[in-house]
Amino acid sequence: MPDVVVVGAGIVGAACAYYAARAGLDVVVLDRGPVAGGTTGAGEGNVLVSDKEPGPELDLALLSNRLWRELADSGPDGPGPGPAGGGFEFEAKGGLVVAETPPVMEALADLAVKQGVEHAVVEPGRLRDYEPHLAEGLAGGVFYPQDAQVQPMLAAARLIRRGGESFGRGALMLRTGVTVTGFVRDGDRVTGVRTDQGDILAGAVVNAAGTWGGEVAALAGVRVPVLPRRGAILVTEPLERPLIRHKVYTAAYVTAVASDSEGLESSAVVEGTPAGPVLIGASRERVGFDRAVPASVLGRLAAQAVALFPVLAGYKAIRAYCGFRPYCPDHLPVIGEDPRAPGLYHACGHEGAGIGLAPATGHLIAQALTGTRPDLELTPFRPDRFGEETP
Amino acid sequence: MNPARRLVRADPEPGFEIDVDGEAVPVVPGQSLGAVLHAAGIRSWRTTRSGGRPRGLFCGIGVCFDCLVTVNGVPSLRACQIEARPGDRVTTGRPHPDGRPAADHASTEREAAGPAGPGRDRGAGGGRGDS
Repeated sequence: MPDVVVVGAGIVGAACAYYAARAGLDVVVLDRGPVAGGTTGAGEGNVLVSDKEPGPELDLALLSNRLWRELADSGPDGPGPGPAGGGFEFEAKGGLVVAETPPVMEALADLAVKQGVEHAVVEPGRLRDYEPHLAEGLAGGVFYPQDAQVQPMLAAARLIRRGGESFGRGALMLRTGVTVTGFVRDGDRVTGVRTDQGDILAGAVVNAAGTWGGEVAALAGVRVPVLPRRGAILVTEPLERPLIRHKVYTAAYVTAVASDSEGLESSAVVEGTPAGPVLIGASRERVGFDRAVPASVLGRLAAQAVALFPVLAGYKAIRAYCGFRPYCPDHLPVIGEDPRAPGLYHACGHEGAGIGLAPATGHLIAQALTGTRPDLELTPFRPDRFGEETP
Repeated sequence: MNPARRLVRADPEPGFEIDVDGEAVPVVPGQSLGAVLHAAGIRSWRTTRSGGRPRGLFCGIGVCFDCLVTVNGVPSLRACQIEARPGDRVTTGRPHPDGRPAADHASTEREAAGPAGPGRDRGAGGGRGDS
């Protein structure tokens, strides 16, 4: 019998499994689909501190940023932050947030001071020292050297593999194509999962089902409101040489992330990848699980990216993809044991920041599972904070 | 006759040749460029930016975007999704030598690259790839 069953083989499930195995627990990871088949495989691989409001999410992001660096540096797949980047293309590229107008620039600079993270205010005349191809007429920016990027699918797969290889045979087992259909209970206590391939008893269960975390919670009779917020990414043809050095986005992105609007919001988020294509985001819409992204959304993303980097007009966007951010009403993830169903731990609802926040989430879950005092206060992330009404 | 063609009773129109990096390569009408290259024993026609690893047909059905190739001067088209046509000039290798953007006239050349077949847009490699 494993100590822990992790439901979900996305980046958060992979990190929970890795850190639990590292803490000496035997772990089984289940997913109804493949590794990184949900939101993990549909993002850009952001590891950001720059877009976080001061508070619990920024604390989580800073802890996670440090852990990502450790994972990239210590991997058997090659030290980071070189080209191998821990085997998952970790790039400590830094993020540049740009402002279109002087008042926005002032707000950006204020936010950076409040965040208290490493940053540099960039005068308009120096922007091109950071990004030679940026448009004219911007009011300045703030550079965040800690912002980074990983290839999220590789990262999830590497963490699972590394967990199994590093901590002894049987420490971490992956089973894909297994659907969780319910929970085994002993009174209130969760003592395992029911699946379409039989019951698996375990000391604890971690719900790392991302955007589908609310459905898994419901199987245990508890309410965890995770809603889908669709995002689309436009992908250019591969570039021979990097044109864009950092993650670059407009200040509007910060307000879009924090917004509660159901309608379409978009702001330019542009970055290169080691493989060559440039990724162009970001849109946010609450439209359920509808995968049909209208061409108008993609057109808007392209126009915003070209406004920021006119040079991109000379390249073709050759494809696009979309995914569903796991969105909680208060924009914070759900991390920790559920007092309504002891033995069930949640690690979901990270919205668009799941890649960045995954290692800290896994680390904190492993501490909770082993009864160690967590490095961060988990109260802001507690699973029963939402009440019982439907949003 | 080619036994595979006999098996499916194929009776293709007369073949022709296209230019692949200056070499004449035979085409059976209706073949995709990916099929043409594969049939000619060409398994890889570009390399990755980091590591210079070979890339060619991977999925073969338009999903993976690994088989990008330059056709009549238009870079980054999926070989598996484009029908070979008489007069085609295929250039393998890296899409943008020197990291320069595609020339402005490229999109015009694409439109002018020959009449599109029924329901078959030669520009299908661009844009809306997520449906």
